[in-house]
Amino acid sequence: MISRLSAGLLAAALLVAGCGGGGQNTSTATPKVGLITKTETNPFFVKMKEGAQKAAQAEGLELMTAAGKFDGDNAAQITAIENMVAAGVKGILITPSDTKAIVPAVKKARDAGVLVIALDTPTEPQDATDALFATDNLKAGELIGQYAKAAMAGKPAKIATLDLAPGITVGQLRHDGFLKGFGIADGDPSIVCSQDTRGDQAKGQTAMENCLQKDPDINLVYTINEPAALGAHTALKAKGRDKDVLVVSVDGGCTGVKAVQSGQIAATSQQYPLKMAENGVKAISSFAKTGQKATGYTDTGVTLITDKAADGVQAEDTAFGLANCWG
Amino acid sequence: MAVIEATLPRRLLSTPVLGPLAALLAACAFFSLNTDQFLSGGNFSLIIQQVMVVGTLAIGQTLIILTAGIDLSNGAIMAFGGIVMTKLAVDGGLPPLLAIAAGLAVCAAFGLVNGLLVTRISLPPFIVTLGMLNVVFALTHIYSQDQTVTELPPALTYLGQTFQLGGTNVTYGSLVAILLFLLFAYLLGQTAWGRHVYALGNSPEVARLTGIRTQRLTVGVYTLAGLVYGIAALLLVSRTGVGDPQAGQTDNLDSITAVVLGGTSLFGGRGLVIGTLIGALIVGVFRNGLQLMGVPSIYQTLITGVLVILAVTVDQLSRRRNR
Repeated sequence: MISRLSAGLLAAALLVAGCGGGGQNTSTATPKVGLITKTETNPFFVKMKEGAQKAAQAEGLELMTAAGKFDGDNAAQITAIENMVAAGVKGILITPSDTKAIVPAVKKARDAGVLVIALDTPTEPQDATDALFATDNLKAGELIGQYAKAAMAGKPAKIATLDLAPGITVGQLRHDGFLKGFGIADGDPSIVCSQDTRGDQAKGQTAMENCLQKDPDINLVYTINEPAALGAHTALKAKGRDKDVLVVSVDGGCTGVKAVQSGQIAATSQQYPLKMAENGVKAISSFAKTGQKATGYTDTGVTLITDKAADGVQAEDTAFGLANCWG
Repeated sequence: MAVIEATLPRRLLSTPVLGPLAALLAACAFFSLNTDQFLSGGNFSLIIQQVMVVGTLAIGQTLIILTAGIDLSNGAIMAFGGIVMTKLAVDGGLPPLLAIAAGLAVCAAFGLVNGLLVTRISLPPFIVTLGMLNVVFALTHIYSQDQTVTELPPALTYLGQTFQLGGTNVTYGSLVAILLFLLFAYLLGQTAWGRHVYALGNSPEVARLTGIRTQRLTVGVYTLAGLVYGIAALLLVSRTGVGDPQAGQTDNLDSITAVVLGGTSLFGGRGLVIGTLIGALIVGVFRNGLQLMGVPSIYQTLITGVLVILAVTVDQLSRRRNR
């Protein structure tokens, strides 16, 4: 009985191994392109993968993908780079989880003749990769800062900033951009509360609850992304403050744009992961065909989305936002 | 043929390493047939590099699991060790070898604290190491100020360099990891200390009655495991070329995965450290092979999960049979 069972288990193990075959057949003729994202699950990266898949098909490339288990999983990204180089990819698109720690592995891949392009997040130093296709995160912050300034219309501001996490460039740039757009600097007395949320809805809610505890008169909330903004909204609503507090955000995911439409978020800066991936795949395709390497930084654009336009700040409405959103 | 069918499965059950080995070989055969790039010295060297850090952590994990314990803090301890080594050498201006020694000592010290809490206050290892996981994770981020340490002196990344072995580039780190596996295979299999560890895992009470100083042995095992995590930290630093405060966040579970896939029983007292090496290689081979085939990495996670459940099922069945 036991021996038959165990034979069955071994057969099952072999079958599981066989399941992998359901993927794609390797064909040596099609050039390969690799996409390495921070995680598999974030809708931003799901959209990025979709864009890359579509572009790869159009360009006649085979797309390989990999991701870390969590945001910050440098080891998994290194492993993915190595495996893709071993698989003979022409180029690798990567959203680096740790902007400094990934650099030595990127260098090894480039030394092996692979074109490496950073998407969304630059490496440190930025020229560690051949090229960068990304949102200008400082500008994304600036847009909502300017919008907030105009929308407050001279009312004295009491600001809460719900940030990402210390030491992560994207979060720092958006935060700085917001302050710049609003016309203040860090340490300004109008900033009454700053909390890290890791861009997470539940953590955003907790952070907002604590900020309201600290100063119940907060009337302007900057959030690193829309999940954090939605968390903040929940906390504000519980205190009956959701109607008179201005919440601004960055990202432009579909859930986020819908929240702008319903008034939970006043305005958001929309970025375009699809475009990053498309541009990246095209650049690698042209490298495979002509040997021409993409270089430098390409801004993939950012648009302010709001249904309550403010004077002197250029913006698109949520209809535009929904037509171009991701996730 | 009939004889083989009857005896082979039984032997797979009685020797905990044969099942994992068969699975590893089957996976290798499968990937060799399905991708052109899998079967090469260079690729195998790569796979070993990719599993050496978790593999080394899993050596310490094996020791602890053999005593019927578990360690959730090993990845965090490794990350802290890596930050200590790199920060002392880069920011503290300490000679690299001294910085490495300090990192190893710190890791061993955390192991010692784990061991003391488990034995002196009789706390369950799961809870002790869960607490330690959070403590060390926080210390890592406080001490490093969330900054990755770069521009390391060459001595810290020396183990990441390669030497030629039959035309294939192999890193010194891979060699260190394999030697560690052999060392612990010897210690566990051939020495009185090793027999005591197994006895402790089988039944602490019986081990105590036969004159084994179980408390001291347990503290020793946790401390030694901590030291091994320190070596893993050095391997990690040499592989990535940086001190990374975000490192190792899933390595505790990954190391347990390697131990379980290697046929070691989570109930203690039964298993081989060579099985852990095979378990780590199974994970590495699937990750590499599936990537070469162009299968998204999420399927690797799926398959690893299925294999873990298979492995513990085999363990459970064989225990029932032995009872």
